[in-house]
Amino acid sequence: MADRYLEPDSPELRAQWGNFAWTQKWAEKAKAAIARYPEGRQRSAVMALLDYAQRQVGEETNTQGWLPIPVIEFVARELDMPVVRVLEVATFYTMYNLVPVGRFHVQVCGTTPCMLRGSDDLIAACERRGMRHGHTTDDGLWTFTEVECMGNCASAPMVQINDDNFEDLTQERLDAVLDALARGDTPKAGTQEPGRHTVEPAGALSTLTAMVNENHDYRGEWQ
Amino acid sequence: MSLADKDRIFTNVYGYQSWNLAAAQARGDWDNTKELIARGRDAIIQEMKDSGLRGRGGAGFPTGMKWSFMPKQPPLDAAGKPKPSFLVINADESEPGSCKDREIIRHDPHKLIEGALVAGFAMGARAAYIYIRGEYIREAEVLFAAVQEAYDAGLLGKNAAGSGYDYDVFVHRGAGAYICGEETAMIESLEGKKGQPRLKPPFPAGAGLYGCPTTVNNVESIAVAPTILRRGAAWFSSFGNENNRGTKLFQISGHVNKPCVVEEEMSIPFRELIERHCGGIRGGWDNLLAVIPGGSSVPLVPAAQIMDCPMDFDGLKAVGSGLGTAAVIVMDKSTDIVRAISRLSYFYKHESCGQCTPCREGTGWMWRVMERLRTGEAHVDEIDMLQQVTKQVEGHTICALGDAAAWPIQGLIRHFRPELERRIEERLGSLQEAAE
Amino acid sequence: MPKLTIDGVELEVPNGATVLQACELAGKEIPRFCYHERLSIAGNCRMCLVEVKPGPPKPQASCALPATEGQEIRTDSEMVRKAREGVMEFLLINHPLDCPICDQGGECDLQDQAMAYGRGGSRYHENKRAVTEKYMGPLIKTAMTRCIHCTRCVRFSEEIAGVDEIGALYRGENMQITTYLEHAAKHELSANVIDLCPVGALTSRPHAFELRPWELKKTLGIDVSDATGANIRIDSRGREVMRVLPRNNDDVNEEWLSDKGRYQVDGLMRRRLDRPWIRRDGKLHPANWEEAFTAIASLNPGSSIAAIAGDLVDCETMFAAKKLLGALGSSLLEGRQTGMDYATDSLAAVNFNSTFAGIETADVILISGSMVRWEAPLVNVRIRKAVKRGAKVFLIGPEWETTFGGEFIGDDLSLLGNLPEAVVRAFGEAKRPAIIVGGAGLGRGGLEAALALAGNFNLVRELEDGTRWNGFNVLHMGASRMGGLMLGFAQKGGIADLVSAKPKVVISLGADEVDYTRFAGSMIVYIGHHGDKGAHAADIILPGAAYVEKAGTYVNTEGRVQFSDKAVFAPGDAREDWTILRALADAFGARVGFDSFEELRAAMIAEVPALGTEGLADYGSDLPSGGGSASGAIAYPIQDFYMTNPIARASAVMQRCSAELLHGEDFAEAAE
Repeated sequence: MADRYLEPDSPELRAQWGNFAWTQKWAEKAKAAIARYPEGRQRSAVMALLDYAQRQVGEETNTQGWLPIPVIEFVARELDMPVVRVLEVATFYTMYNLVPVGRFHVQVCGTTPCMLRGSDDLIAACERRGMRHGHTTDDGLWTFTEVECMGNCASAPMVQINDDNFEDLTQERLDAVLDALARGDTPKAGTQEPGRHTVEPAGALSTLTAMVNENHDYRGEWQ
Repeated sequence: MSLADKDRIFTNVYGYQSWNLAAAQARGDWDNTKELIARGRDAIIQEMKDSGLRGRGGAGFPTGMKWSFMPKQPPLDAAGKPKPSFLVINADESEPGSCKDREIIRHDPHKLIEGALVAGFAMGARAAYIYIRGEYIREAEVLFAAVQEAYDAGLLGKNAAGSGYDYDVFVHRGAGAYICGEETAMIESLEGKKGQPRLKPPFPAGAGLYGCPTTVNNVESIAVAPTILRRGAAWFSSFGNENNRGTKLFQISGHVNKPCVVEEEMSIPFRELIERHCGGIRGGWDNLLAVIPGGSSVPLVPAAQIMDCPMDFDGLKAVGSGLGTAAVIVMDKSTDIVRAISRLSYFYKHESCGQCTPCREGTGWMWRVMERLRTGEAHVDEIDMLQQVTKQVEGHTICALGDAAAWPIQGLIRHFRPELERRIEERLGSLQEAAE
Repeated sequence: MPKLTIDGVELEVPNGATVLQACELAGKEIPRFCYHERLSIAGNCRMCLVEVKPGPPKPQASCALPATEGQEIRTDSEMVRKAREGVMEFLLINHPLDCPICDQGGECDLQDQAMAYGRGGSRYHENKRAVTEKYMGPLIKTAMTRCIHCTRCVRFSEEIAGVDEIGALYRGENMQITTYLEHAAKHELSANVIDLCPVGALTSRPHAFELRPWELKKTLGIDVSDATGANIRIDSRGREVMRVLPRNNDDVNEEWLSDKGRYQVDGLMRRRLDRPWIRRDGKLHPANWEEAFTAIASLNPGSSIAAIAGDLVDCETMFAAKKLLGALGSSLLEGRQTGMDYATDSLAAVNFNSTFAGIETADVILISGSMVRWEAPLVNVRIRKAVKRGAKVFLIGPEWETTFGGEFIGDDLSLLGNLPEAVVRAFGEAKRPAIIVGGAGLGRGGLEAALALAGNFNLVRELEDGTRWNGFNVLHMGASRMGGLMLGFAQKGGIADLVSAKPKVVISLGADEVDYTRFAGSMIVYIGHHGDKGAHAADIILPGAAYVEKAGTYVNTEGRVQFSDKAVFAPGDAREDWTILRALADAFGARVGFDSFEELRAAMIAEVPALGTEGLADYGSDLPSGGGSASGAIAYPIQDFYMTNPIARASAVMQRCSAELLHGEDFAEAAE
């Protein structure tokens, strides 16, 4: 729920990021992204390039990554776009981090379906760990944001941490996930409900039971 | 009556089996797609029309008819060359309560990709862009991989699936903006701009992506198309009530014992849907307070009215709501109903693109009043004022987000006005007590 | 031509009209904020909603809806009234109640429309939004809390100016309009967003808290800061010109004005020559008119007298000087101060023949020796429009940052005789080809070489629709230039002819760009308004009137004759120039044949009839064949856009613009 703002442009920022350029991995991805659009429409790739830039910054800072002003300018040059148009895009879409973030970006969904299933408890669990809305903890480990519906409503409540979703959470289950991340482990993503596979009715499959153990082909049963 | 597993389209919706091409083909996808295409544009569109499929993205516009709006003769560009046409597939699933397209994409992506080819061919498109919401990160990884598999197998690209038709499918990731689910905002976003809806006319079928004829369809609408063509319009239209045909992915969240995503027959009564798949209402049917039956944008329906309501476009319209995306948000009597709706008001305020006045200013105003009504910190007159404000937003904006922000509040006032008044009086009482 | 009914009245409207335009044709006022005739349609303010049948049962944005056959439109229904009231309420809930201290007060669309369409009071009891100010440079003052997000400023910068620097960041109720990183808006038309802003979010920084619009006397004038002849409104209070605003003229400036034309006017109050001065013992001493004329009478030049016209003077002043010299037996008149000597036998050869509106329709344009952005910002806008319609532009000259793309093919005039194949091919295929020769492209054979190209490429032709096209254009920089040429202020050898004549007296009509060391043996009588270069070289200074202080006729670079009115009196002892010249005639004992401004103007029109009719003068469309070879590297004459004339050089605002925008001095913090 935090208001967004830009990290101010400063000589330090320029010194750190002024020479930003793709690493080979991201250069290839950027090239592939631009190729997805018709010639002369390279501007369509701006969202992908901002994402890649953020991820590269993340790799270089061991965080989820963010978009310093000089990096936004770099993307504008890559696509031959007016930089203010790139900045508009970067500030419009919420997944672009405009200020530095921590190692893990804990995004708790707080919209009604998750709220009904207990997202308040998850927020409380985060706050107990010293996380504050829109802030990064002093140890640089956690950045905490309450986000809007993430589309995991049938396995609510959920948290997205960097690229993975953790669903069917309770306070205890979230604590376990965060503890594991803090230890450097990779906790299993997806539902945390024991025995649940994905979004089927937990523990009592009402349909498609034949699919559980084999890749069933129903065509033979068609009339 | 209940849908048999053999009549379910999304047989791998829970992902027990692999999403990959070999597994999908073993389940029947990409089975002689060439033959489907050989039927020709008109036959495919006619079959879709006959099937009675209505768009699965919320508005329920007949899919076959939408495809038929694409020009048979492409318009010419400034240089006199024919403009290409595009299919844009809306995978920007962001409506609170909706979580079906995610399951299609991560567990059955080839249904979508095959559908993209067939639908694209039927409307004369040269390529499809699948716009997937940015937060679906792992889902997008699956989708990229599945598209690549299809290219590698010759199912996309030049002479796609041996059909003689050249066709590309590209994946475009969003980056966090609900409004991009609106078709013209999605087109703007695809062009590398802020997702701000365009004025209509011109409609996308005339001038959409890059100014070219464009059709925007929901993931589910596209993904069911190959099965409809294989099994026939009559098969699909044998399910559901008149004007509400087919099977549908329902997503049940909130206060049911077992929330889930499930493919069911259209028009299934609410009670049956919940009993059969969700293990009933938490605390029993007497504990049911209200249901938002179609995603956050539709007005809530109180328990008594929803229980035996057929879950389809017309049935829910009759109780003052809508099927939307069939995202069923169930609320039991423990729910702070004002907070539940206020949280949606916050959502709309957060997701307003800011372009046009009533939505930019109105969503914030409505949320702030809702928050005061939640705590009773309001005057009784303000309930009527809020109702008027919702009416000032509704129907006055460029896109439907204004309407979507207004309707949940209107539903709350319609059905829970006494609760709003009770809170105001309660707070007034406590203030008077404190003053004495 | 669709036929439709508006509030019950049947009406036929032009094809392509919007419902809003149709309503205007029907005489119905449609309130609006975001809609602007010269910008793309945004449809975001929602103020122009009307009821339209057939259509959905909700009001429609009339600005974006095409008018079609059989529509029934209502602008007076309950639905429309409620829609306007609702939108107005939304616009006002977060708008501050600071009208008493807002500089837009009195000319605020929001204020006016709130009175006409708003509710009586507010129902909004939440906290109002506050938005931090955004620095936008020395000319634009911001109060972004007042912004209603109409995006006119964003669209102007992107579409008209072609300098994408303003954007709307963030979204929803947090959307904020700003320049990129709050850098100053850096182009020559930046202040037009102040006019466009329908509220007090963008106001004029130099005028902050200085004036109220209802205190101002409004006079119609012509801008002299370049040769475009932009139509302006001069707003004055008492003896002071408070501000200048553009007037609408589709043929000339549309409704824009360059920042210099708008903001140089504070220079009218500084460094003014408000009394005569006489040089004695090498130093200028203050004098009165009597002493000055006595001194002049003693010069007794006979026919050994020359006159040089400066860039800002009006035709009447030049004609009065011509008459004076004629009475004394001299025809040594020149206006091309820097020594230019192109032939002026055919004025069509030195005119902007395609007109500004016409250049928009050109499909290939070759620009030789003009940095159009600085020399004629409003013509630059037209070229950008042409490019947006598909025109190709090639440029000869050192590279500058164009706002329309274009291809620089080199910087030497010799290219005119040796154009790259691509340029030749483009001209060969063009339907409406055009050449623009700038000040730096006229000399060293440049004009003649360009004229030769005009012949080769058939620039004068009949178009398919039967109209005549003359694509040969000269873009001058001096507001007085075309008028001067019509009045004969040109010698065959240019100013060198005056130098070699060694005149006893040189009358300088505000000529501040002349190298006066070449007239070391002459007495320089300077008639002008600013203590600038010309006055420094003068032996006698006679204080004259600036362009806002006299009525006058100007001819722009298209050959368009326009009239300007007098807004204020010249300061101190300064007089209108023609009266000074008339008095000089007496001092020299000559008869010039006019005793009033009306007589002067009548005499001028009798001699050059075209000067009596507002509009384009007819120079014919036959161009001289030109020829010869041109060579030499082009160097643009303007070093500093904000410092091109004595008024601008005296202007504190222009000095600040120059320092901050061109020389990178940092004022951003000091301004807070």
